[in-house]
Amino acid sequence: MRGPLRLAGRLTGARSRRSLGRWALIVSALALVGALVVAPPDARQGEVQRLLYLHVPTAWVAFAAFALVFAGSVAYLRTGRVHWDRLAEAAAEAGVVFTGLTIVLGMLWGRAVWGAWWTWDPRLTTTLVLLLIYVGYGAVRHAPDNPSRSRRWAAVVGIAGFVDVPVVHMSVVWWRSVHQPPSVLRPGAPAMPPAMLLVLLVAVVACTVVFLWLLATRMAVRRLEDRLVSAVLDDRVPPRTTPARARG
Amino acid sequence: MSAWADVAAITAKDLRIEWRARHAGSVIVPFVVTLVVTAGLAFGPGISLLRQTAPGLIWLTGLFAVVLAARHAYEVESADDAVTGLLLAPIDKAAVFAGKANALGAQLVVLQAAVIGLVGLLYGLPPGSSAPALAVTVVLGALGLGAMGSLLGAVAGAPRTQGSVLPLLVFPLAAPLLLAVTGATAGAFRGVFAVQWLSLLAAFDVVFWSLGILLYGATLED
Repeated sequence: MRGPLRLAGRLTGARSRRSLGRWALIVSALALVGALVVAPPDARQGEVQRLLYLHVPTAWVAFAAFALVFAGSVAYLRTGRVHWDRLAEAAAEAGVVFTGLTIVLGMLWGRAVWGAWWTWDPRLTTTLVLLLIYVGYGAVRHAPDNPSRSRRWAAVVGIAGFVDVPVVHMSVVWWRSVHQPPSVLRPGAPAMPPAMLLVLLVAVVACTVVFLWLLATRMAVRRLEDRLVSAVLDDRVPPRTTPARARG
Repeated sequence: MSAWADVAAITAKDLRIEWRARHAGSVIVPFVVTLVVTAGLAFGPGISLLRQTAPGLIWLTGLFAVVLAARHAYEVESADDAVTGLLLAPIDKAAVFAGKANALGAQLVVLQAAVIGLVGLLYGLPPGSSAPALAVTVVLGALGLGAMGSLLGAVAGAPRTQGSVLPLLVFPLAAPLLLAVTGATAGAFRGVFAVQWLSLLAAFDVVFWSLGILLYGATLED
């Protein structure tokens, strides 16, 4: 358990965060050039299909974020170490951002391709539900007065919420849907030309690095918040007097 | 006592409390009846649309009912700090979870059976509905909702939440169950066992019962 914690400590340090931020900018720029210039337009959907290079990476990163919430929640309940709770909280917040982005981009793409902003398509709908689950996770964190209890409840919700993640991906297979079947994660070769696949993979890397930077920054802020709360409490708790002083 | 005896004791305790308090009868049933009638006003009077929406409405009422029932179950435990007795009792917390989930599930089975009867009366159940398929669907759906209510209901006991967080948690988490149980109910109304939906529903029940058995202790600790 100490190995991952030390790694997390190094990643959330100021130097690592600055480095992550620089790499996020560089890879994002590469992905942007790839998406707008290198990748050819889709034969059927035309230029609007380029939304794929942001929509799909944000969706994958969102699901990865909720996997981190799950892992952090399990580790927190097992060990009680607050570092895992910080990881889960930071991953949940970033996951909500990326899920929201996924839905908005999906709506824009759907408007262009299907002619409607929202079609109650099972995949979009369950992604929206996933967003609501993690909004509920945030509400649980702010609900009780006891921080220890809120962390445990949030961990329970984080674990239970993760159950929904595979349902989102499999919904395209389980239910009939107007949404495109998975093009990359399916048996057999991905149904994309190599240039598109390469740009998509670069975009996934870019989104991942941005996510890691957000994660590291949020964890560092949360560590400072915890230190501030501890310092305030330490100031307010009076020092214990020795028996000799009490008698004097 | 064996674990099964502990589960039975907790189930009997919760059902006895509910029988004496009559909370389901005085609060949940009127609410559910009002919901069914109001939905009839909103979507009616055409019978075909009412029949189409009936499976979803039946289980929406189930979701509202489990929120109300779970909140009440934990408010009762919070009164006079009775939950401390549960914590200190020499029984496995998983048995407490299972007992409470069973009690909630039993109440929901009775309630959902009544709702189906009411919907059949007001909305006109289609001819050829399969009673065995409906029964299996109701039991599996109630088991899943009972597990969710038992696991997440502890959140409703916190003073600051006042139960407002419970619907926010239950409704999205129950979405896969809602899809499956609505599909299975629609199949039952057509006279078939919707095996795909029932399988998904059973899998969801297994997952949430397992989560409850593993995690319930963490929700009770102070």
